[in-house]
Amino acid sequence: MPAVVGEKLSKIFGQGDGQVVALKDADVAVEAGEIVALMGPSGSGKTTLLRALSLIDPPTTGYVAIGNDVVFEGARVLTDDRQLRRKRMGIIFQAYNLIPFLTSVENIALVLTLNGISRREAMARANKLLSRLELGHRAETYPATLSGGEQQRVAVARAVINDPAVILADEPTAALDTERGKAVMDLLRQLGRVQGAAVIVVTHDERMIEGFDRVYHMTDGRITNH
Amino acid sequence: MNLAIRDVKYRFGRFLLTAFGLGLLLATVMAMGGIYRGMVEDALSIVRAPGADLWVVQKDTNGPFAETSRIPDDLYRVVRAVPGVREASPIAFQSVQLDYGSRSVRVQMIGYRPGNLGAPPAVAAGRPLAASRYEMVLDRKAGIPIGARLPMGRVTFTVVGLTEGIVSSSGDSTAYVSLQDAQELQFLKANEAVRNERARLQAGLGANPALASLSAASLAPILQNTNLANAILVRLEPWAEPNAVAKRMERWNHYRAMTTAEQEDVLAKNVIERARQQILLFRIILLSVSTVIIALIIYTMTMEKTRDIATLKIIGAPNVKIGSLILQEALALGLLGYGFGAVLINLVYEYFPRRVAILAFDQYVLFGIVVAICVLASIVGIRRALSIDPTTAMGGGA
Repeated sequence: MPAVVGEKLSKIFGQGDGQVVALKDADVAVEAGEIVALMGPSGSGKTTLLRALSLIDPPTTGYVAIGNDVVFEGARVLTDDRQLRRKRMGIIFQAYNLIPFLTSVENIALVLTLNGISRREAMARANKLLSRLELGHRAETYPATLSGGEQQRVAVARAVINDPAVILADEPTAALDTERGKAVMDLLRQLGRVQGAAVIVVTHDERMIEGFDRVYHMTDGRITNH
Repeated sequence: MNLAIRDVKYRFGRFLLTAFGLGLLLATVMAMGGIYRGMVEDALSIVRAPGADLWVVQKDTNGPFAETSRIPDDLYRVVRAVPGVREASPIAFQSVQLDYGSRSVRVQMIGYRPGNLGAPPAVAAGRPLAASRYEMVLDRKAGIPIGARLPMGRVTFTVVGLTEGIVSSSGDSTAYVSLQDAQELQFLKANEAVRNERARLQAGLGANPALASLSAASLAPILQNTNLANAILVRLEPWAEPNAVAKRMERWNHYRAMTTAEQEDVLAKNVIERARQQILLFRIILLSVSTVIIALIIYTMTMEKTRDIATLKIIGAPNVKIGSLILQEALALGLLGYGFGAVLINLVYEYFPRRVAILAFDQYVLFGIVVAICVLASIVGIRRALSIDPTTAMGGGA
C-alpha cells in the first residue's frame, strides 16, 4: 500500500475570468521507502501539489490518503491538518525556514515537544541525530550563524526526527551550490530509506535527478509522465 | 519548550530597550497618579493639620480656603462657651512671598495663638513657636534653614523650627507665625493707605458741622482694626456631635460652622476640582496611549515573526502554542516595563517640586490595568498570527 496517495487532484485559484487552474487531475502514489522527484518548469504546479498533499493549501477537489487514512476527499479536509503534519509528515523548505530564535538542537527538538515528548528526551534525541549528521558541534548555534548547507541539514533533521511516514521537500537544494546540494540530497535519500518514509522532492535541477526511484514530470498543472 | 522565553532571550537587548521605553511611559502614568494623589493630600493636609472638629467662618462663605472670611478674633470666647466645645482659638491664613537671599518663596502663612489650636501637628526640626512675636516655623519644603531671618513688611521673623509635609492646596509650603504677627501683616494698613484714609475721614468730618471739631488723626487708631481672624478652630468634647454643635452655632446671625469633613469637601470640590479632573483626564489619555503603544509593539513583534509563525503552522504547531507565544511575550513586556516604571518613579518622585504620593493601592491597580492592557493588546497580535497563511513560509513556486 502506498504511504501517500493523491488522486485527481485539482487546484483552482480565483473565480470567473480570473480563474487560474494550478493543478489538473494530478495522480501521485509513493510507497514507503520510495524516493520520487517532482520536476517541471517554474509555474508547472510542483509546489501546489506538495501543498495539496500536505493540506497546507488543500486541493479544490480530489482525494488524498496517508497510509490507510483518507485525509481529503471530494472538497473536504477530513482531519486536523496540523496534527497530520506534526505526527506523520516532515517538510523541508527551499529557504530552510529554521526558527531564528531557537538553536539548531532546539529547532529539531521542537517537533518532538509539539508531539508531547518531554523537553529532556526531545533534546537528547535531537542531539543524537545532529551528531549522526556530523553537526554535533553546531547544536547550540543559532541558524543565523550557520552556513546554508548546515542550515539545510538541520532542516532535514527537523523533518525526519519524528519518523514521519511522508517527507515532502520543496526545492531543498535551490539555495545551495552543487556540492552542498548533492550532500543534502544524499542525506535525504539515506534518511528516507533508513526510516522507510515516502519521500517526494520538488526540484527543477536536472543534476540532482540521480538516485531517485521515480521522477514525476509536471507541465501546466498536469503530471505528464512518471 | 517555551518559545516566548527563547524569543526574548534571542532578542534580549531589543526587548529590554522596548520594555525600558514602555517603563518610561508607565513611570509617567505613575507620576501623574502620584501628582493626582499628592494634590488631594496637599489640599487636605492644611485642613487636617490643626486637628479641629469645627471651623467657624463668616456667614455665607466657604472660608477660609475657598473664600475670604473675616470674623472678630475674640469670637473664640463666645464659641468656647457653647456646650460640647472643649477648645476654640482664632486662626488667620494668608498667602505671602518670602525673600530669602536671592530667592523668593511663596508660602501659606498661618497665624495662631501659640499654645492653642492651630499649631503644626509636629515640628520635625528646631522647636515650635515660644515667643508671641517675630518667630516662624516653616515647612522644610521652603528650603530655608532654622535661624534664617526673614524681613516681611514692618517685622523681621526668625525661623525657629521646621515642619514636614504641610503645604497649601497649591503646594506652597506653610509658615506658622503668631496670630498677632499674622494680623499685623494681613490687616494693618500701609502708611500711604492710612494717610489716604485719614484725608477722606477729615474731609467727611469737615462736611458735618457737628463733627467738625474732631481730628481724623485722633479717630484713625480707633477705626483701624486688626483684631480679625479668618476662622475660629474648634475642638469638641469626645461626646459632642459635630453637626449638632455646628447647627447650634449657626443660629447666631453672622457665622457659619463647618465640620472638618465639610471643609475638606469644599477644598476637594471647589478649590482643586478642576486641576484634579485635568490630571485624571490626562491620566486616562496616558493609559490609552500606553494601550495603543503596547498593542502596536505586540503587533509589530508578531509581524516580524510572520514567516516563523507560518513555519510553525506548517510543522504542526497548534494555535494554542502560537497564541501563548504572543500572550507570554506581551505579558513579559508589560511586566518588565511596569517594573522599570515602578523602580524609576520610586527613585525620583521625591525630587518633584510638588508632592507626588505613590500609594501601594494605586500601584496594584495600575499593575492590574497593565496586565489587562497586555492581554487586550496580545489579542490583536494573536488574531494577526492566527490569520497568517502558512504558505507564506514556502517558496512562491506553483
